[in-house]
Amino acid sequence: MKPPPFHYHAPRTEAEALALLAELAPEEGRILAGGQSLVPAMALRVARPSHLIDINGLPGLDRLEVGDGQLRVGPLVRHAMIRRESVPGPLGALLDKVRGHIAHLPIRTRGTVCGSLANADPASEWCLVAATLGGAMLARSMRGDRMIAAEDFFQGFMTTALEPDELLAGLHLPVLPEGTRWGFHEFSRRAGDYAQAASLAVLEMRAGTIAAARIGIGAVEDRPRRLPEAEALLTNRAPTADLLRQAAAEARATLLPTDDDPTRPALAETVIRRALADAAGIELP
Amino acid sequence: MTEAPDATLAVILTVNGERHAIRVEARRTLADALRDNCGLTGTHLGCEHGVCGACTVLMDGEPVRACLLFAVQAQGRAIRTVEGLAEGGELSPLQRAFIDNHALQCGYCTPGFLMLGTAILDRDPDISDEALVDALSSNICRCTGYANIVKAVRAAAAEMREKVPA
Amino acid sequence: MDGLSPRPGEDAPALAAGPGRVVGRPVTRIEDLPLVRGEGLFAADVNFPRQLHMRVVRAEIAHGRIVSVDAEAARAMPGVVAVWTAADVADIPLIPFRATKVRGLEPYCQPVLARDRVRYVGEPVAVVFADDAYRAEDAAETVMVELEELPVVLDAAAPPGEFAPGHDTEPTVVRKEYGDIDAAFRSAHAVVELELSVGRHSGVPLETRGAIARYDAAHDVLELHGTAKKQHWNRDEIARLLGRPPQGVHLFEGHVGGGFGVRGELYPEDLLVCAAALRLRRPVKWIEDRREHLVATNHSRQQSHRIRAAVDAEGRLLGIDDAFFHDQGAYVRTHGARVADLAAGMLPGPYRLPAYRVAGHFRLTNKTPAATYRAPGRYETTFVRERLMDAIAARLGIDPVEIRRRNLVAAAEMPHARPLDALGTDVVLDSGDYEGLLDKALARFGWDAMQQELAARRAAGECVGAGLAFFVEKSGLGPSDGVRVTVDATGAVEVVSGAASVGQGVETALAQICAEALGVDYSRIRVVRGRTDRIEFGNGAHASRVTVMSGSATWQAALAVREMALECAAQLLQLSPAELTIREGVVTRADGLAGPSLTLAEIARGRGPNSPAMRGQTPGLTAERWFWSDHMAYPYGVHLAQIRIDAGTGGVTVERYLVANDIGRAINPMLVEGQIVGGLAQGLGGALLEEFRYDPSGQPLSTTLADYLIPTIAEMPEVDVLIAEDAPSPLNPLGVKGAGEGGTNGAGACIASAVDDALRRPGAITSLPVLPAHLRALLTEAP
Repeated sequence: MKPPPFHYHAPRTEAEALALLAELAPEEGRILAGGQSLVPAMALRVARPSHLIDINGLPGLDRLEVGDGQLRVGPLVRHAMIRRESVPGPLGALLDKVRGHIAHLPIRTRGTVCGSLANADPASEWCLVAATLGGAMLARSMRGDRMIAAEDFFQGFMTTALEPDELLAGLHLPVLPEGTRWGFHEFSRRAGDYAQAASLAVLEMRAGTIAAARIGIGAVEDRPRRLPEAEALLTNRAPTADLLRQAAAEARATLLPTDDDPTRPALAETVIRRALADAAGIELP
Repeated sequence: MTEAPDATLAVILTVNGERHAIRVEARRTLADALRDNCGLTGTHLGCEHGVCGACTVLMDGEPVRACLLFAVQAQGRAIRTVEGLAEGGELSPLQRAFIDNHALQCGYCTPGFLMLGTAILDRDPDISDEALVDALSSNICRCTGYANIVKAVRAAAAEMREKVPA
Repeated sequence: MDGLSPRPGEDAPALAAGPGRVVGRPVTRIEDLPLVRGEGLFAADVNFPRQLHMRVVRAEIAHGRIVSVDAEAARAMPGVVAVWTAADVADIPLIPFRATKVRGLEPYCQPVLARDRVRYVGEPVAVVFADDAYRAEDAAETVMVELEELPVVLDAAAPPGEFAPGHDTEPTVVRKEYGDIDAAFRSAHAVVELELSVGRHSGVPLETRGAIARYDAAHDVLELHGTAKKQHWNRDEIARLLGRPPQGVHLFEGHVGGGFGVRGELYPEDLLVCAAALRLRRPVKWIEDRREHLVATNHSRQQSHRIRAAVDAEGRLLGIDDAFFHDQGAYVRTHGARVADLAAGMLPGPYRLPAYRVAGHFRLTNKTPAATYRAPGRYETTFVRERLMDAIAARLGIDPVEIRRRNLVAAAEMPHARPLDALGTDVVLDSGDYEGLLDKALARFGWDAMQQELAARRAAGECVGAGLAFFVEKSGLGPSDGVRVTVDATGAVEVVSGAASVGQGVETALAQICAEALGVDYSRIRVVRGRTDRIEFGNGAHASRVTVMSGSATWQAALAVREMALECAAQLLQLSPAELTIREGVVTRADGLAGPSLTLAEIARGRGPNSPAMRGQTPGLTAERWFWSDHMAYPYGVHLAQIRIDAGTGGVTVERYLVANDIGRAINPMLVEGQIVGGLAQGLGGALLEEFRYDPSGQPLSTTLADYLIPTIAEMPEVDVLIAEDAPSPLNPLGVKGAGEGGTNGAGACIASAVDDALRRPGAITSLPVLPAHLRALLTEAP
């Protein structure tokens, strides 16, 4: 399980990295960021990039910035850098909780948020967060920058809208207003394993009713996505145990799981129900 | 771009404070470079795909999987391995605690757990039980059933607290 | 005073009950220092100048006829020295197995490289030798193997298919029977019948296999490093298969990163590196990678049983009739049919059973070959037998604890002989107070109070339950083991054993036994194991035999050295040996009064080869003793578990667990507890997480550690261990029984029982592992 040979490049500037990527992408050149998914794939020889462009030495790419109502996560922000104190308000608490579900300590210290997004594993927690919150990806190349909305970015099993010459230069997430309620729940076989189902629910409350709902499901279909039917059911209603149960059941009916486990929809319903219950502050098994 | 991909690169690794000038292919993992090029075989390989944690080392104080880094990426960083834990022949409190608490049987996972445990205690010797279990769940031990590994980390934490009163 | 010739049958004094000065104490291990300093010597740490790296090209389909193997491209790759296919090793015979009474297995043994068919994904087809491990892997990728697909057999219970022309996939049926089984069923009050199965899982040690061979032409010795478990048998077979005298082959054991039954068997790669070192005249190193390990190293456990019990109205067993299908995988490996044989012989466990009939269908399939894994044949049959006891309890409306009480062999019935054999020895349960241990375990776990708590939690909507399983283990497989204890002229003590170490603390345990007998500091004793150049014979480390067999031999050899030292000292000090004792390596007056003393070093020097006093005698302060045993010692125990099922996800949390295990005597309780807790982790893995899965074409699906799920600390419950020493074995001077397998043995059975209880559906669990998806399905079905 030794990786196949490749040419190694350690550019000194982002511009140099983009130039290399533009040049080498047609020859299977790839960006190396945290490497926590790419390197195992190379060890198994299922990924065989001919060139790796290592961006770890580039200055300024590990910024986590808040401004204009947005959190901007740079391409070298490691999972472990996402902490409650580094992001204000409910979004910080939400991301802190999600981080705790990502793999294990040594993976979190090295792997990057943008790397997870670019890898687009359907069970990735960050992909679920981006899809549910309506995040946007900043794709950068010699040709310029473009923003890609999450619903356009995730295109299928480990497939994204990124062009081969594009660097995923950032994740932009809307900062959640104070008072926003959220819940996250996932089920995995062991601690730190990829989830078999994961759900994130975000509720904006106004005078005891749900003014807006965002509910996402991951690890069930070929990509994470929102659940519009369930969201619609909740909107402008007061959250009750029955309503949340109904919304989860509604969501389940719309799922198209990628595997043949007949109990996967039931599992999905459970994590959705629990994410909603946590968000609404209602006890629900 | 003209060099063959299997051409070797000159890399200087700083391991346990000592400089190792080596020549490796870009694809050589840090774990293999430590073992084969630096002769530091205390870092073990259990899976080579980032799951088992046997190859855990510290890079600038952070625990990382040495099988998921290329040696060339560790240039300029401070690497610490199990060989660097004992100072002046004196075992570290965690090494001592592993012996006293029977936290190892075959010893293959031990270097990885020692490095992980060292990183955990360096960050937060008062770590909660829940957080400790979460952190230690990074690595696999096939012999002990883990109970004594937790005991050892706790014992070392207690000893370190005694030595450095808050 | 001949220090070298064995004295079979010699009676050594037994050790008094209770802890001694060092035996029975939880002392720290003598093995640990290099291991915590990163100074261990595992297989991959062995290197020789000019070594070549071997890479194996493996079959990528489960069954096929080899049309061609094209290695031309590989031979031209940089750094490649040679590429071999079957034709290059046609002179090496099939890899043999250790014989038992079972006949007819020879045609099913594995060649070192596939000859005309491949029979499982992962079977070695060719090997590449190159100057670097990376380049060897690059070259191996270019070897083109053309195969013509053949139909696969993946279900051992399906009708047999063809292994080779003239040989079907059922080489033998292991049959055992006693009592009038038909009469038992005719007279039964009730007959309980179950179909049960155990999934394919295995030891999966954290260190993969490795083999480094070197030919030392100067001494005409072939060395093999990275070995484990069975060095002497392996040496003899390697010598035979390669046409060398055994004295010209030496096996060395460094550190072994976990054995669990699978490490140290003779595999194709061991022979390939040896043959290559001889032919290529360069050291050859092979280190298995993890993906290879999961398809190449022995699997285990997979069996399906159709079992029936005849019981009377009180739930007492009248007879058990079992037919099982043992999934051996693609070839017979070095164990032959041992796992099936052990399953058949050990199934009755702790219960009084008047009549028994078993037919174990030993079947080959197109999967990785299987062999022993910690508690082989017992993990499986404890699951089957204890499921049966739970089913009988449910059928007759009797409490599951009570049904076991009624059937346990009583202490007064010990020793209890069954007209059965296992591993070629008669099953005679040597000692035990089964019900006594059950009572202790239930009390320690708070079983009755827990039942009330669980009832309250269920009423509050939780899905919680408790289970139990009783098991009988076996240990101390004979027939013999020898140990040589020597005190050198500096007073240093060395124990040379034919046993091996797979990381379980063999050195410390043998050092403690030697220290107890000889009166020296255990931590300064050197223990040599796993080396064929230091002792002529040995039976290795398996079947929980080391502490019983090598421990007893150590005890006897150390006592002989003690006697020799006291006699010498008595002459020099003008006292009788009975007036002397040895403390901290010094012979002094036993009554503690002041007086002259002699160190063991002084006595050893006095017995040196140049000492005039030794003329006509064999010099040295040394003794070799052999311990012989015709029967195994049978440890036993109880597993108790309290679990919670998350009804929404099917996830199982083991909340609390107790293993009670009577092992006769604990040489080192700390090490025993470590064995039990570690063994339990593996047992729980097989119960809830670990499984080698295959797709319908025989492609393995569990080929990384992200797919083959080993428990982490987060999946381990709080474990309580009750080590009992109520029933010392009468079969050895220490009273010991093995402690290596009890933690594993009952785990599958116990978890199944607890899950049933939580579901409130007796008999719901019929297979292992218990998976969340299956529980979700059960929970959504109408009960």
